Amino acid sequence: MSFFRKILLIGLVSFYVPSSYAELTIEITEGIESALPISVVPFGMQGASGVPVDVSFVVDADLGRSGYFKTLDKQSMPAKPSTAEAVQFKDWQALGQNYLVIGQVIEDHGQYNVQFQLFDVYKGEQLMGYRMTSSAAELRRTAHHISDLIFEKLTGKKGVFSGRIAYITSSRQGKQSNHKLQVSDADGFNAQTIASSVEPLMSPAWSPDGRKIAYVSFEKKSAAIYIQTLATGERARVAEFPGINGAPSWSPDGAKLALTLSKDGNPDIFILNLMTRSLTKLTKSFAIDTEPTWSPDGSSIVFTSDRGGKPQLYIMSSQGGDEKRLTFSGNYNARASFSPDGKSIAMVHGNGSDYRIAVMDMATKSVNVITDGRSDESPSFAPNGSMILYASRKGNAGYLSAVSLDGKMQQKLVFDSSEIREPAWSP
Amino acid sequence: MKLNKTVLALAISAVILSGCSEDEQDASLTDGTQNTASGINDASTSGLNNGSGLSGSEMNASGMYPNAGIGPEFSDPNNPLSKSTIYFMLDSSQVQDDFVPVIAAHAQYLVAHPDQRVVMEGHGDERGSREYNIALGEQRAKSIVSMMRVQGVTDGQLQVVSYGEEKPASLGHDEASWELNRRVEIVYQGK
Repeated sequence: MSFFRKILLIGLVSFYVPSSYAELTIEITEGIESALPISVVPFGMQGASGVPVDVSFVVDADLGRSGYFKTLDKQSMPAKPSTAEAVQFKDWQALGQNYLVIGQVIEDHGQYNVQFQLFDVYKGEQLMGYRMTSSAAELRRTAHHISDLIFEKLTGKKGVFSGRIAYITSSRQGKQSNHKLQVSDADGFNAQTIASSVEPLMSPAWSPDGRKIAYVSFEKKSAAIYIQTLATGERARVAEFPGINGAPSWSPDGAKLALTLSKDGNPDIFILNLMTRSLTKLTKSFAIDTEPTWSPDGSSIVFTSDRGGKPQLYIMSSQGGDEKRLTFSGNYNARASFSPDGKSIAMVHGNGSDYRIAVMDMATKSVNVITDGRSDESPSFAPNGSMILYASRKGNAGYLSAVSLDGKMQQKLVFDSSEIREPAWSP
Repeated sequence: MKLNKTVLALAISAVILSGCSEDEQDASLTDGTQNTASGINDASTSGLNNGSGLSGSEMNASGMYPNAGIGPEFSDPNNPLSKSTIYFMLDSSQVQDDFVPVIAAHAQYLVAHPDQRVVMEGHGDERGSREYNIALGEQRAKSIVSMMRVQGVTDGQLQVVSYGEEKPASLGHDEASWELNRRVEIVYQGK
């Protein structure tokens, strides 16, 4: 178990106890039928003091969890080669394996040289080979990078294994609640608390460069929006007006924040220029306007409004104006999130009793409900656009789940905390 | 930097995410929280609990009569002032008839005690999206505020904060809990 403890203690906080972690388990609840058979052979290890992370195990778990691959368990492997010369392709062909990954981790004065090779089992040829150096603390990240490389080579899509996710957890001790904004690796490891408060924390939003997170905190018993830099822990309060300060959403160039303020009487959408701190009011309806999200090209903003009686999604120019209703099916459509290519939006779709994640094709405006929970919320696209992460609940247990855009592939991420919500996948 | 020291009962911990070294560092926050010497909260850094105690319903965390400290009438069950929670229908911020006398009683009290201030805490149930529920909670609180204004309560006595679904009164996930969570709590601030 390797995790790092580079901790920044701020001001009044006296001690930091690393939160228990690895509390995540991931179950693939639905996989695709065409999953590619791949064998990730345990990497050869050389070194005096052992290797703190089982790199091949992490790669195997990443690929298997993606749903695109079906990995071979160790016990079924005919051999454990760690060099190309030792590979007998016929043995792997006999097991119906399409691809084979072998590698070695060699310790060298506290650093680790990691090498791996990817083979096409039928052609008997190497598709890819890399050698990289890593510190002990970075070994798990290195493993995720290897997974990304293999994934992209074999599927043509960018891997998302070395990304991060931010989310909110809550726990209670007696009458006291404790809310945390946490960031973990995409597989749930290395969970770290970046902010915690006895008052609610909400709506984490990654900056486009992945270096900052904007969020809402009620730590002063009223809402304010903060931007926190992850590397330093430094943070700035950017909105603290009377009433609602909520739903921060970064412009694609990172220079502006769309947000919801109710300082003028009812919730409206504003643009905050982060350089000049100037505010521009975009909506002026007497209804609720909230949950803005920018299109990836920066030209438009989709938001939730109940101006028609029920919450529905609307689209407008990011300069303001040209407001048009976008959703017409279902009596509740809210919390839109654009896919990275801008071709679709995910939303929370309510039909009266159940709230599920739906995807709208922006060209045809057709809406497809892709989850089957009772209270699914907070959809967030993976940076490669292939999956949507969202929060779900079964009975009293809250968990995060990931679903492919067509709804065919689903993973459940079960954390130790039974109150986990508002996942946001890093860019 | 003007900060209300008394309300800052939180602890913020920040963690470096680069993960390349194992050193510990200190730094001060650029913004705000350095003013508070008090408010250290070790609960903010302990591990997560595993969720026991997160089910069932827990009524009114502050006890039966949360405003009891303001005066004896606030804990007299025969006095409408003893009621301080106004409940709402699904996706609605309209005050139901049952609660009109309760709101009127609080309005009368506030008119008679112009030095008293209240915060209207708006809340919603967990269904639907979180930020929309913040907006809905605020509308609920504001519908009570406007009733009280009509009855002569001054703006300086009335403050609104919406917590949406973030502070449920009941922790269950069923209709019984949702009904208890769609509410506005009238919280007297004392003098």
